[in-house]
Amino acid sequence: MEEHYDYIILGTGLTECILAAVFACHGKKVLHIDRNEYYGADCASLDLDRAFQRFKKVEKAPASFGRSRDYNIDMVPKFPIADGQIMEAVIHTDVKRYMEFVKTAGAYTMKKGKTYKVPANEKETLTTGIMGLFEKKKLQNFVMYLMKVEEGKPQTYDGFDVTTQPMRACYQKFGLDPESCDFIGHAMALYQNDDYLDQPALPTLQKIKLYLNSVAAYGNSPFIYPRYGVGELGQSFARLAAVFGAVYILNRPIDEIIYNEKGQATGIKAGGESATADHIVGDPSYFPDKVKKTGSFVRKICIMNHTVPKTDNADSGMMVIPQKELKRHNDVYLSWLSYPHRVCPQGYYLAFLSTTVETGKPEAELDGALKLIEPVLETFTEVTDLYEPISVGDDTHIHISKSIDGTSHFETLMEDVYRLYKELTGEDLDLKKEKEAQEKTREAAGAVFQSESVETKSEAKEAPAPPPSQE
Amino acid sequence: MIEAIEMSYQSKQTHVFKVVILGESRVGKTSILLRFLKNQFNENLGTSIGAVFFAHTIEFDNYFVKLDIWDTAGQERYDSLAPIYYKGADAAIIVYDITSQSSLSRAQAWVDQLEKEEAPQVMAFIGNKCDCEPQRKVPTEVGRSYAQEHECLFMETSAKQGTNIRSLFDTIARALPHQQQQDQKNSNTIDPSSRKSDDSGCKC
Repeated sequence: MEEHYDYIILGTGLTECILAAVFACHGKKVLHIDRNEYYGADCASLDLDRAFQRFKKVEKAPASFGRSRDYNIDMVPKFPIADGQIMEAVIHTDVKRYMEFVKTAGAYTMKKGKTYKVPANEKETLTTGIMGLFEKKKLQNFVMYLMKVEEGKPQTYDGFDVTTQPMRACYQKFGLDPESCDFIGHAMALYQNDDYLDQPALPTLQKIKLYLNSVAAYGNSPFIYPRYGVGELGQSFARLAAVFGAVYILNRPIDEIIYNEKGQATGIKAGGESATADHIVGDPSYFPDKVKKTGSFVRKICIMNHTVPKTDNADSGMMVIPQKELKRHNDVYLSWLSYPHRVCPQGYYLAFLSTTVETGKPEAELDGALKLIEPVLETFTEVTDLYEPISVGDDTHIHISKSIDGTSHFETLMEDVYRLYKELTGEDLDLKKEKEAQEKTREAAGAVFQSESVETKSEAKEAPAPPPSQE
Repeated sequence: MIEAIEMSYQSKQTHVFKVVILGESRVGKTSILLRFLKNQFNENLGTSIGAVFFAHTIEFDNYFVKLDIWDTAGQERYDSLAPIYYKGADAAIIVYDITSQSSLSRAQAWVDQLEKEEAPQVMAFIGNKCDCEPQRKVPTEVGRSYAQEHECLFMETSAKQGTNIRSLFDTIARALPHQQQQDQKNSNTIDPSSRKSDDSGCKC
C-alpha cells in the first residue's frame, strides 16, 4: 500500500466502485480502502447474521430463519431500471459477465386503497381498472407524443416547448385528470413528490420514456435484479477495478487524511501504513467535517413467509404508494424479493418499506404501508441521514460522493458518478468508450493475455483420470 | 458410461462449470493457469492485469466440458477477495506452495471457509512448486492427508516444469457431475445486453 496513487478511494459503495473501475480501466493507479470487512458500504447486501448484528445487536440470527448465508439483505432498497444508466455501465464495462440478472414480477401502485399492477403490455392496459376507457385514450395520446419528443429537436415538440413549459401544462395539453397525473408522475416517472409539476416538462417526459422502454425490454416490469443482492453490483465493479490493477484493502479504518500547507489532501494513514495520491475520493462517512445533512429517510426491512397480498402472488415487485394515498408529501416505496432472486431461502420473502422522513416520528410514517404486508416474522428499522459535500470543485483534492438517496432506482446515483468523474478529470464520462479504453490499457500494460476472456480448447487424454496424486 | 449412451450421437453436449483458484499471494495461481492455457511459464509474472477470466473447453468422447476459470485479480493480497468471486463456483482449486508453511495454513483456511459457506462440488488441494524439492517445507503426506480428510482431490504440481498441470484440469473436468441440473442453474436469468425489443416501448 505504501506508494503513490492517482486516486485513493475510501468506501466501497457502488458510486466509489464504479469510479474505481473506470479509473483503473483508464490505466490509473487506484487504491481502494474500506473500514468494513465487507464490500458495499451503504449499499451492501448483508447475510442474516450481519443484519442481526447491525440492527439487533446480537451476534447470531435465530436458527429458525435457516442458514444465514442464504440471505442477501440489501441495505438500500433499490432496483436497477432495465434501460437505465446503471445497466449502461454494467453493459459497457462488461461487468455483466460477473453477475446474473433476473426479472422482477411487476410494478404496482395504489389508488384509493386498492392495489393495481402498472400495465406492462397491451392486454394489461385494456383490462386494468386503474383508469377509465376515456382516460386511457388520453394517456395513449400522451405516450405517443412523448415517445416522439427528442431533446434538441424542436420540430418533435409539436408546438409545445418542453424545455420551458412546466410538466403541469403538458398534462393539461392532453386533458389528463389529476389521478392520471399522479399515476404518471409517481408510478412511471418515479418522482417521490409533486415538485416536478412546476419544472420544465422535458426531464419528466424522458423519465417516462425510460420507464416504457424498460418495460418493453423484458416485459412485466421496468426493473431487473442482480441475483444475490444489489451488493453484487459494487463487488463486480470492484473486481473489474482489481483486474486492471487496483489495490483493494478491506477491514482497514482510516486513521488520518494528510494535508499539505495549502490545505490540499496529499494522502492517508491507515493501520500504521501511509499512501499518497493526487486525489482522494470517498463517501460522506469518511469526511464528517466536510459534508452537510440534506435529509433523512426511514426504512423497514421485513422477513415474511408470504408474499405481498393482492399482487397475484408476485414473487417480487416494486410498489409506489403515492403521497396522496397516505396524506404525505413524499411517496412510500414497498419492494419485495424472494428465492428466485437468491436473497432468502425458499418459502421466505424480504420486503422493504422506505420513505423520506417528514415528521419527528419517522418509524410511524411507515405504519400505513406496514399494514399492507402484515404479518411479518422480523423487522429491522433504521433511519438514515443523507449527506452531500459542503463545497464542490474546490482545491482541496478531496472529492465526496452524495449519500445513497431514497429513490427506488440507481439513476440519481449514476448522476453522482458522472458529476464526480467530471469534477476529477474535467471531462464527461462516456461509457460507450469503455471497451476501447480497456483494450488500450491492456495493450499498454503488456498483459499476458490479450483479452480478459481467453478461450482455449484441448482434448482429454484417452486414459481414465489418473489417481489424484503427485507424479 | 451410462450418460454417454443416453446422449445423442449428433450433438455433443457442453457442460459449463465455474472454476475458481484460491490461495495465498505468490503461490503460483496465475502461473498454473498460464501453463495450462498457454503452456508458458514466466518467472517474474507480476500482477496479472487484464488476465483473469478464462474459458477452456475440454473434449471428451461424448461431451464437452467448458471450464470458466476465474483468477483472483490480486484481490487476495490484503485478504480482500470479493465473495462474488467464489460464489456459485462448481470447482475450487486451492493452492499452496510446498516451500511455504504459511501458504499451507492459508490454503487450509480457504477450505474451511468454502465448507462453511457453500462448498463447491469439487475441491482440489494443490501443492505447487514441487520442482523446488530442496526448499520443501510441507511434506507430501501432510497435504495428502489433509485433502483426504476434507474430500479434496490432491496433487503436487509444478507450473514451472508443467508437472501435473494438464492432469489437474482433466481430473477436475472428469470429477464434475455431468448432469442436466446445469441448465436449471441458469434458468430465468436474462442477458441485459440482448433486450427483447428496441423499438418504441409498450402501448399504454
